[in-house]
Amino acid sequence: MKIRKNIAISENGFIFNPMTGDSFSVNETGVYILQKLKDGGSEETILQNLMDEYELDTYTAEKDLNDFLSMLKSYQLITNE
Amino acid sequence: MHPTYESPIIQKLNAGMMNKFGSRTEYTPVKFIDNVAIADLMDEYGSPLFVISEKTIRQTYQKALKAFKMRYPKVQFAWSYKTNYLDAVCQVFHQEGSWAEVVSGFEYQKAIRNGVPGNLIIFNGPDKSKEDLIMAIKNRSLIHIDHFDELYMLIEILEEMENSKACVAIRINMDTGVYPQWDRFGFNYENGQAWNAIVKIIAQKKLQLEGLHCHIGTYMLTANAYAVAARKMCELAQAYANTTGENIKYLDMGGGFCSSNTLKGSYLQGVDIIPTFDDYAEAITSTILQFGFHPDKLPLLILETGRALIDEAGYLLGTVLATKRLADGRRATVLDTGVNIMFTSFWYNHRVSPAQDFSQHAEETALYGPLCMNIDNLRESVILPILKKGDRIVVHEVGAYNMTQWMQFITLRPNVVMIDTTGKVHLIRKQETVNTIVDCEMVPEHLK
Ligand SMILES: Cc1ncc(COP(=O)(O)O)c(C=O)c1O
Repeated sequence: MKIRKNIAISENGFIFNPMTGDSFSVNETGVYILQKLKDGGSEETILQNLMDEYELDTYTAEKDLNDFLSMLKSYQLITNE
Repeated sequence: MHPTYESPIIQKLNAGMMNKFGSRTEYTPVKFIDNVAIADLMDEYGSPLFVISEKTIRQTYQKALKAFKMRYPKVQFAWSYKTNYLDAVCQVFHQEGSWAEVVSGFEYQKAIRNGVPGNLIIFNGPDKSKEDLIMAIKNRSLIHIDHFDELYMLIEILEEMENSKACVAIRINMDTGVYPQWDRFGFNYENGQAWNAIVKIIAQKKLQLEGLHCHIGTYMLTANAYAVAARKMCELAQAYANTTGENIKYLDMGGGFCSSNTLKGSYLQGVDIIPTFDDYAEAITSTILQFGFHPDKLPLLILETGRALIDEAGYLLGTVLATKRLADGRRATVLDTGVNIMFTSFWYNHRVSPAQDFSQHAEETALYGPLCMNIDNLRESVILPILKKGDRIVVHEVGAYNMTQWMQFITLRPNVVMIDTTGKVHLIRKQETVNTIVDCEMVPEHLK
């Protein structure tokens, strides 16, 4: 799971994809996850990060992370390899 | 210290959406109703929960009354029971001075139980049984005749009743320039049917024509339609006076004023386009005043306003059951408030507010109810802050028709509370239980 090349992510959650011209906004939790992805974190480590950072139970963290990643995928912001 | 958590979201930005949903004012959380905390209400009375503000009812009523009274000397409201016939709600209107307007034997009995004197009950509708009519005659209620079959039934009944007279009016339908024309109730003005009915009544010694009634439609976006209707009613009243030398005592203009809900399919918000009480009052009263009645013989003006008097006073509190993604990536939020208890979501795009704080981020979502049925769709698309399971929401302006048209379908009807003018909370209808339903059922011996 990797963020595609050239995708610009600002600290306050603005994302720009120069390939398509699309822009997006994400909330704080979203920025947090994107940052971890950028740092090369795997899905499992990000899940653990989330639980630690926000004191979440596994189910909530897993549910939300899956949902978010599927949206990133559908917007073609991440690739699977 | 852990940062407060909010589910991660990503939202695509595009110019059109930014403009359309630029204002976020709609999304301030609503945490109190009349200074009572919503969280406390739901903790005590459960979810979903209907909440009625007595203060709002009284204020709205006074506003409507004032709009008419400052323009016309004789005004009377009659509470349209079908709009909301919870006894507590009816009693607020009756305390304010409203008569009762009912459209069935059941509603009629409710009005009597509520202590409304028989002669202050207006009995409308196409379905009045012989027993209903006898009761209404004995109580000297105002029987608004809907069709010739009813008129003849009434005549027959009176033939059998010694020394009885019935106080009647006829319902009139007419062209007011609005489409669709409601011509299925009452007698038509343009084709002369209404006049024929009046002539028939004049010929009956036991029928006393007290008034004329119309209800030209509901959620009427143009006040002018009422001016047209009032004019035709005046014409008939005048013709009656010319023929009999007697005056019609009242003109009943029915209901139909808009509440500020937004109709489905309307791009504009309800509040921005609907006429005010003053607009309606001006259209109706100026027409009657200018018609040329003798000042001493002005008819009483009756109004059967329903939704515009109660919608705003009603709230529905609910809880998020789940959030999910639809096939196209859109968010769907499943609530415990379905179309079963929110019948008006078939006509309105009800405003929905979160009942707790939330962050900056909003997302487009569909709002679904809890029923395992495809029709259970409250909003196809609405921009709301991110909601998660367990979050609470407030649906606004649900006071009209929901607490009467709700269905016992798949699940049971919830509690209804009223917040009185001092802020005290009263349970006014208990949530149903399995027994509420099965008590009416019987299983034949061979199936036990
Ligand atoms: C005869 C009559 N009067 C009054 C009303 C109340 O109408 P509204 O809620 O539109 O004011 C109705 C509603 O259908 C009605 O049929």
